[in-house]
Amino acid sequence: MSKVRVLVGTRKGAFVLTSDGKREKWDVSGPHFAGWEIYHLKGSPADPDRLYASQSSGWFGQQIQRSKDGGASWEPVGNKFVYDGIPGTHQWYDGTPHPWEFKRVWHLEPSLHDPDKIYAGVEDAALFESTDAGQNWQELSGLRGHGTGPQWMPGAGGLGLHTILIDPTNPQRMYIAISAAGVFRTDDAGKSWRAINRGLRSQYIPDPDAEVGHCVHRIAMHRSRPGTLFMQKHWDVMRSDNSGDSWQEVSGNLPTDFGFVIDVHAHEPETIYVVPIKSDSEHFPIDGKLNVYRSRSGGNEWEALTKGLPQKDCYVNVLRDAMAVDSLDMCGVYFGTTGGQVYVSADAGDSWAPIVHDLPAVLSVEVQTLA
Amino acid sequence: MIRVVLPAHLRTLGRVGGSEVTLEVKANTIGGVLDALEESYPVLRGAVRDHVTLQRRPFVRYFACEEDFSHAPLDTALPSKVVAGAEPFLIVGAIAGGCF
Repeated sequence: MSKVRVLVGTRKGAFVLTSDGKREKWDVSGPHFAGWEIYHLKGSPADPDRLYASQSSGWFGQQIQRSKDGGASWEPVGNKFVYDGIPGTHQWYDGTPHPWEFKRVWHLEPSLHDPDKIYAGVEDAALFESTDAGQNWQELSGLRGHGTGPQWMPGAGGLGLHTILIDPTNPQRMYIAISAAGVFRTDDAGKSWRAINRGLRSQYIPDPDAEVGHCVHRIAMHRSRPGTLFMQKHWDVMRSDNSGDSWQEVSGNLPTDFGFVIDVHAHEPETIYVVPIKSDSEHFPIDGKLNVYRSRSGGNEWEALTKGLPQKDCYVNVLRDAMAVDSLDMCGVYFGTTGGQVYVSADAGDSWAPIVHDLPAVLSVEVQTLA
Repeated sequence: MIRVVLPAHLRTLGRVGGSEVTLEVKANTIGGVLDALEESYPVLRGAVRDHVTLQRRPFVRYFACEEDFSHAPLDTALPSKVVAGAEPFLIVGAIAGGCF
């Protein structure tokens, strides 16, 4: 029988949650790396027992941990992230130039085919690659060398490269997203990049439809339609049907179009999920009601999914890397909150239940569907 | 042999038993201690000081014999009691808790 393994990164360690295909009873393992911030951990699609974790601390910097046995044991691997050449400057919050400084790894994205190959999105924003299972890291500096780097500026959480999407049909093509710069695409495996932000409008930059400067919170793709992308921007939910060449707003009837997460149903490429958050000045749900919204039409028409979720006095946030889906026949949807809850829906969002209530603030959620 | 006290997170990371490690150093200086620590525990490279610049991480402090050596140059001589093994060299995480 199939089972699922949920990988949870929190402010104070990592947790591994496992269940069978019913997704009703759960085993909880952790905290792994207790006391450290785990921004993200993810398994290799090519070898599900190969996991990677980003472990960081304001005191002691960055570590990368690797597991070869599905998280039962871990070993530290390479933690040397050095920008290629002279890093230069990006914009600071007030628009002044600020030196590029490595702070942490926000997101790890293993290759779809090679368990030893993995990408890391870091703060200050850059993309690194390892081809030896995390021992050594090299910057794919064509991204920072795109030319717009001096105009990138940090969002409230920092200047982070937080999303890496690999086109399953074209290994030369990847998408990355940066807060606050926008989305970039490579068609030559990371050597060169182009900004793909046409159609985005952001009132917090001098030119609202500038080439870069947009605070993109998350992008998502269905593997059967890699040319269609969905985006939760700072404000606005967007979609592109031409590999990011242009974007259209699909916020439709959402009660607020601010939020962080967005994801796509495993089997229905036009079914997408967001968690609306009240505003950028109030990072919690509207009226204390934690609702996931689902669109079965690729946006514009949204329905609130409330069954099993708190409907009063709930003032948590759901951060950008904290939603995932499994690929069981009845698609499971998962998300974690800054209040330490991880919720699961085993019926594609119709109903929800907490797996855990009281973890540290959840930074990331990934799920593996195992045979 | 130099005794070095490490903070809890670095002891865990380095899989160190006990609260301190003993190191054979090539130079009886602060830099000599850090070099020896990183040679014996490669996983701690980058955790105490920067890989490239060798600058101390901002929230790490160095103490010995009730003195603060955090801002001393790397070629600063260790106190004689540390060299003799009577006192440890302390690597300390700065008091900066309460944020999360």
